[in-house]
Amino acid sequence: MIFNVDFMAWRKPALVVSSILILISVVSLVFKELNYGLDFTGGTLVELSYPESADLNSIRSSLKNAGYAGAQVANFGSNQEVLIKLPGSLSDTLGAEIITLLKSDAAGSEIDLRRIEYVGPQIGDELRDDGGLATILALAFMMLYIAFRFQSMFAGAAVVALIHDVILVLGIFSIFGLDFDLTVLAALLAVIGYSLNDTIVVSDRIRENLRSDTEDNTTELINKSLNQTLGRTLITSLTTLLVLFSLFLMGGEFIKNFALALIFGVVVGTYSSIYIASNALIIMGLTKDHLKVENVENPDHYDLP
Amino acid sequence: MRRYGTWKYLLIFMILGVGIVYALPNLYSPDPAVQISYNSSSQSPDSNLVKRIQTILDTGDSETVLEKSEDYILVRTNSSDDQLKVKSALSNNLGGDVIVALNLAPTTPQWLANLGAEPMKLGLDLRGGVHFLMEVNTAAAIKNRQNGTLQDIKRRLREEKIRYSGAFVEEDLSISVRFQSEAVFNEAKDFIEDNYPQFLGSPDSKEPLTISLVLAELEIDQIKSDAIDQNLTTLRNRVNELGVSEPIVQRQGKTRIVVQLPGIQDTAEAKKILGKTATLEFHLEAQLDTSRTRKTSYPFKGQSAPSAELQDAIILGGDQVATAQASFDENGLPQVNITLDGEGGGRMHRATRGNIGKRLGVLFVEQKTRTKYKIDDSGNQVPVLETYEIKEIISLATIRAALGTTFRITGLDSPSESSELALLLRAGALAAPMRFVEERTVGPSLGADNIDAGILSMELGMALVLLFILIYYRVFGVAASLALSFNIILLIAVMSILSATLTLPGIAGIVLTVGMAVDANVLIFSRIREELALGRKPLDAIDAGYDRAFLTIWDANFTTLIVAVVLYSIGTGAIKGFSITLMIGIITSMFTAIMGTRAFINLIYGSKKDLSRLSI
Repeated sequence: MIFNVDFMAWRKPALVVSSILILISVVSLVFKELNYGLDFTGGTLVELSYPESADLNSIRSSLKNAGYAGAQVANFGSNQEVLIKLPGSLSDTLGAEIITLLKSDAAGSEIDLRRIEYVGPQIGDELRDDGGLATILALAFMMLYIAFRFQSMFAGAAVVALIHDVILVLGIFSIFGLDFDLTVLAALLAVIGYSLNDTIVVSDRIRENLRSDTEDNTTELINKSLNQTLGRTLITSLTTLLVLFSLFLMGGEFIKNFALALIFGVVVGTYSSIYIASNALIIMGLTKDHLKVENVENPDHYDLP
Repeated sequence: MRRYGTWKYLLIFMILGVGIVYALPNLYSPDPAVQISYNSSSQSPDSNLVKRIQTILDTGDSETVLEKSEDYILVRTNSSDDQLKVKSALSNNLGGDVIVALNLAPTTPQWLANLGAEPMKLGLDLRGGVHFLMEVNTAAAIKNRQNGTLQDIKRRLREEKIRYSGAFVEEDLSISVRFQSEAVFNEAKDFIEDNYPQFLGSPDSKEPLTISLVLAELEIDQIKSDAIDQNLTTLRNRVNELGVSEPIVQRQGKTRIVVQLPGIQDTAEAKKILGKTATLEFHLEAQLDTSRTRKTSYPFKGQSAPSAELQDAIILGGDQVATAQASFDENGLPQVNITLDGEGGGRMHRATRGNIGKRLGVLFVEQKTRTKYKIDDSGNQVPVLETYEIKEIISLATIRAALGTTFRITGLDSPSESSELALLLRAGALAAPMRFVEERTVGPSLGADNIDAGILSMELGMALVLLFILIYYRVFGVAASLALSFNIILLIAVMSILSATLTLPGIAGIVLTVGMAVDANVLIFSRIREELALGRKPLDAIDAGYDRAFLTIWDANFTTLIVAVVLYSIGTGAIKGFSITLMIGIITSMFTAIMGTRAFINLIYGSKKDLSRLSI
């Protein structure tokens, strides 16, 4: 595939769109916050499987009568599976109590225990802190590596693109109120890895062209580099999306949000390596001169007093 | 120049061969089995046990195969229904000296097993089971230690005839001893400095005529670490009581213990046995002349008998009980034999020699938590976790002679009472109370569904990707497809060799690797196409493509590897499983996507000198 798309003609509109999206995400993150899953809030979760479709209302009322106010009851995957959540509960025995209660309610029919999860409040806090720390650490390590392998401007551009991706994916999770649990956090970090992958491939080409090409206009050069790598960018995104969709469709409920976060991430990451990272390079004023210093030694240096 | 070194082919074939051999055991699905071993770990299974098992098996109608190994006897069955039948038959009829546990026995053929090839371990989310995380209350261990030392100091001061006016353990876990006059204070100070070196460097007390004894940081760390080690040992014993094969009981971080029990479904029972968050205290019974401030009344555990008064001074704690075993005395009456550690024996001897004829009480101290609601600053009700203690007497027996490191409690009504007491005494061997801070239980049906879902999504993902690259890259697509399959084999082989645990997020990691591993080949092939478009000869284009893409691939993969390592270091189950497969996948994919495809391409095109076009 040989492309000749004038990406950079759209760089200003893209910047505006990205800014608006980021603004919406940040506003949603501040006011609506993330719908933290059990891993981060602490609490109890019980998943049960009924032999026939389960009567959610009767489960709700029987939980309410037994004093479990605030229990969230919902179907999970199919109408035979029931998910009961008690966020913020502090007792580790609630799960077993609820199962005993519901089993006695449904006397005669077999209720199958799918899973119980209990996360104590301090664990939730720790996981959240550790998760945040890991994200920042991952970003910092990348920045160092790119600064070492490329040049500090590339590192800056890559990190701007990564932060853009992280905020947008978080924003999507916040706006749609999707459950944000540990697996989604893992997905978010994988998005960082993926998006970086893309950004590096593009940056690599930009650097190569800056060194070898006769063209002096950085914007033109970047446009050329983007076109040269576009085929690869699209194919890799496509193959990755193929496996992600199969995970999303077949991987079961537990993997769904993980796959979803990665799907958003791959789309956003592909866009950001084209528009955000390159835009950042242009705004920072990257020119050929920035790369020449790396290889050429300056003999005049020794003449200085 | 076009020839690809023979040694490279050899290397690739060798790695592929080794990969296939070590990945192979994963194809053989395990047998549902029952595992039987003796209660005490020192006793290995003998022919006597085999005979006993065989007799019981013969009465049932399940088809079974019996195997004896160094540590246990394995009974393989054909289905999980049979497995449950056999287990209940064995545990009902074998008696209390053995542990009967469910297990999944690998069916790796002998020749593979001889090479050390084993299947991957499955995580709890795939095979079902319970994961507990317990927090050890190490402050309680320090408080216990300080209490013990306080009793000791008081006794020694009395023996030395140094009069103190008050001695107690403070909120901050330091010991304060007060004196009436400067002279006694100085005498006591010298005495304590000589005899209790662990308190050297304690700051002077703010109160006049008071000695403040603060444990050094090093000492505190040691106590904490000892407490956790002892709790680990106790938990391992209790887990053995549960009859689980391949349980995990491990320290995590500074104050936590992870317990993983594969195959356990009845979490309530597991928690009851693990969560006996109890400690023991041995006290003398209070006498009529004991002052009211030095005694407390406690109820009896599980009995309606009136309460009894015990002296407040603790003779020793549960952490000094080494073993407690139910047995029968000479007359066939139930009794409990108790063994203390050396220090405990000494204390017990000093406490009981002057008190023969009086009674010795054992207090069972349980730590429980309950939720209370408090109103916070903004007027909202917030749940607050509150820990409280229940202290009950489990035994109150007359001291017949001065006791030492071993003694026994007799006069019990029934064998069940003696075994209950022995269990409680052993349960008391926790050095510090613990509570559950995290629990994850996966039922067996969900586990099986998770495996199916994982495998299905892997197959679908793989099929879609292979189809796409075959259509898009044709002959080069064949190379990439082979590399991709090879990559999965290697990935599974490495996981098996490292005996890493496969979890559902781990499978997700493998699937993601499939999608991303193609990237290296896409980079190389795009580059080759570009070089061809620039008018290079096909073979030159191949060389240039591989050479120029290499650094890009390296940079891209290395940074992803950084992410995987960071993910691994956060260290929680789900994320760890994902990051392990991601890490291994990145490394194996570099090898297969670069070396593997190149070998294949060279094999096809390398020998054709007048090549005019490539099928790419």
